[in-house]
Amino acid sequence: MTQKQILREKIVEESPRDDLIRRERFPHIWCPGCGLGTVLKCYVEAIAASNIPIDKHVIVSGIGCTGRIAGYVRLDSYHVTHGRPIAFAEGMKIVRPDLEVTVISGDGDLVTIGGNHFIHAVRRNVDINVFLVNNFIYGMTGNQMGSTTPLGAKSSTSPYGCPEFPFNLPLLTAALGAPFVARWTTLHVRQLADAMKRALQVKGLAFIEIISPCPVGFGSYNDLREGRDFIKLFLENCIVDHSADLNKVGITLRPGEPIILGNFVDREVPTYHELELEVFRKAGWLK
Amino acid sequence: MSGELKLLKPGTYFMMGNVACAEAALIAGCEFYAGYPITPSNEIAEHMSRRMPQLGRHFIQMEDEIASIVAVCGASAAGVKAMTATSGPGFSLMMETIGLSAMLELPCVIVNVQRAGPSTGIPTFVGQGDVMQARWGSHGDYELVVYAPSTVQEFFDLTIEAFNTSEWLRIPVIVLSDEVVGHMYGRLQVPGYDKIKIINRKRYSGPREEYLPYSSETLVPLFVAAGDGYRIHMTGLTHDERGYPSLEIEDSHKLIERLVIKVRKNAKNLWKYETLYLDDADVVVVTFGITARSTEEAVKRARSEGLKVGMIKLLTLWPFPEDPVRVASQYARRMLVAEINMGQLIHPVREVAECPVAGINYPVGYVPPPEYILDGIRAAV
Amino acid sequence: MSLKLAREPINKHLQKVPLGIIHVIPERCKECGYCIDLCPKDVLTVGEERNIKGYRWPKIADGKAIECIACKMCEWICPEFAIFVVEVDRREYV
Repeated sequence: MTQKQILREKIVEESPRDDLIRRERFPHIWCPGCGLGTVLKCYVEAIAASNIPIDKHVIVSGIGCTGRIAGYVRLDSYHVTHGRPIAFAEGMKIVRPDLEVTVISGDGDLVTIGGNHFIHAVRRNVDINVFLVNNFIYGMTGNQMGSTTPLGAKSSTSPYGCPEFPFNLPLLTAALGAPFVARWTTLHVRQLADAMKRALQVKGLAFIEIISPCPVGFGSYNDLREGRDFIKLFLENCIVDHSADLNKVGITLRPGEPIILGNFVDREVPTYHELELEVFRKAGWLK
Repeated sequence: MSGELKLLKPGTYFMMGNVACAEAALIAGCEFYAGYPITPSNEIAEHMSRRMPQLGRHFIQMEDEIASIVAVCGASAAGVKAMTATSGPGFSLMMETIGLSAMLELPCVIVNVQRAGPSTGIPTFVGQGDVMQARWGSHGDYELVVYAPSTVQEFFDLTIEAFNTSEWLRIPVIVLSDEVVGHMYGRLQVPGYDKIKIINRKRYSGPREEYLPYSSETLVPLFVAAGDGYRIHMTGLTHDERGYPSLEIEDSHKLIERLVIKVRKNAKNLWKYETLYLDDADVVVVTFGITARSTEEAVKRARSEGLKVGMIKLLTLWPFPEDPVRVASQYARRMLVAEINMGQLIHPVREVAECPVAGINYPVGYVPPPEYILDGIRAAV
Repeated sequence: MSLKLAREPINKHLQKVPLGIIHVIPERCKECGYCIDLCPKDVLTVGEERNIKGYRWPKIADGKAIECIACKMCEWICPEFAIFVVEVDRREYV
């Protein structure tokens, strides 16, 4: 009869996914309670589970807290200028369609300053993935409001409450014709990773809005000072409804008003690359 | 290189400047063009939109000039020669990204067909007001190379040269043309392909653990493309040799110095210029672009009047050809700088000239007739 | 929390409840508390020792080690890659 072992926790120095993160740069710069580390975890799990060779994955990011993610993942990674990762990714993907190009950046970077590039990339349906981390704020620069800051929310540039309506990103992206539109929070880790895995397979622009806690930034202005306050907010208000009416999925963050999550859109749309092949045929390059 | 057989065959052509530029880019191996419509550069985009697909290469019209130059950088990061063309207003929009190209050391070619400025100016008329902006337009320390053609042939030759310089030094290179050179028709001689030098960026192919994307071992680090398996990190933040963001003073010092020195050390190899009647000149006119065509006629007329005048036509504007200009100024009494702006090239000339320098400036929008330049010369004699 | 069933499944004695061994990388922890708050079995609690940045990494609460069911919620939610769970056979441990 074998001896039963005593169960204890183990102190170690390496985690199983260390081969996919730049562990020499850990601990990373994000605040305690920030959801970005969780986004990184879900992304790393998704690429490990994809049947695409790791060397073919490329990540492009912009400026902001989320933009720093490119520096922490062990892939070909490009940390470019504010608002521009989507255009950079398009140039890269068009000349190297064999690469799996993913843009992970923040709400300020992708749909505020980068709004123009965002809508045109979705319109073109270039085969890239866009994972937009929405923490409702410009964290890195000191918590200024952005285009996803809820109406009335406080920030360093809206001390009397934000006087603007925020974007309803799933509605916007679906209206632009995207083949895949989803929204999850960093609490919904498995659904998020699954959505990312699906996005990597989708042909065309796959979009995921990831609601993420920013307790030190947005939270300190809006009475969500700890990570656990965000967890409570998500647990109490999140509703999963894959067939939700996208006109009604705007986020207000007001007490009792739901945050609707789900894989809202998953359809087939001709990609830019297929349409470009038509051009090659008409020009005589392809038969 | 795809589709060699469909490139412009060696021979003599009568062609528009903008079109010659586009054909030169194809011969140089440009495989990605992203652009936005802007007069007077549109013919380049239109020609590329027709020719690139014929060779299986990529053309895309982006939503603005910023997206265009950023997409060019993305394509370059994927290992491909890439280019865009624009004019003043679009050039201004591209400034931040020129800095990104310089910082990430991603080769790219930007053609600026100058028009009358500032602001919207006169889209269909000539200007030469972007000389300083081409060199200093982006923020921070960086160096790049600017070529200025004055004929259709030069527009062709300098576009190929721009790709070569860009690949060699891993810098953005600007071809600073102007509306007249872009729209004029002129004689173009395409040499045999064996006579055309093509340079490609040097790539690393060793073990992954030993690769440093921004090594200071040489002035120009070896390049790897996305998807080559090296898992590199490139960031616009000041970075160390691994490419990781760094706040250390040694890393900032090493990087910024190298970005600047890799061009400065090679400046002499980059100076392209032509001289006329310089040997016994009392007055030397320094000029570039379309103004050089007019100046050439003015100088010839001056000579026939017995005036000892010479000229230097600069084909490289930056890094500024200090030595030839300084040497010419040592033998002359006066130096004149003829340009279609309120005085831009005159500044680097004054920096190195050892004789007094004056400007011959003409209102933007119009080419100074030879008589106007001749008046300026007569006043200086 | 145990499942209330209308009747007992006949293979109940064959069902295995997973068991996890929790591994922690103390220097990475930032004491955000997510792993502690989200563990469905309340296995983790705030530790006593601090890492070099002053954060107390989580420890297993007294007697709770055997209750870990290797759901890996802590591993997934941790933003720091500071905790992970290895699943083992419950019958070998006490």
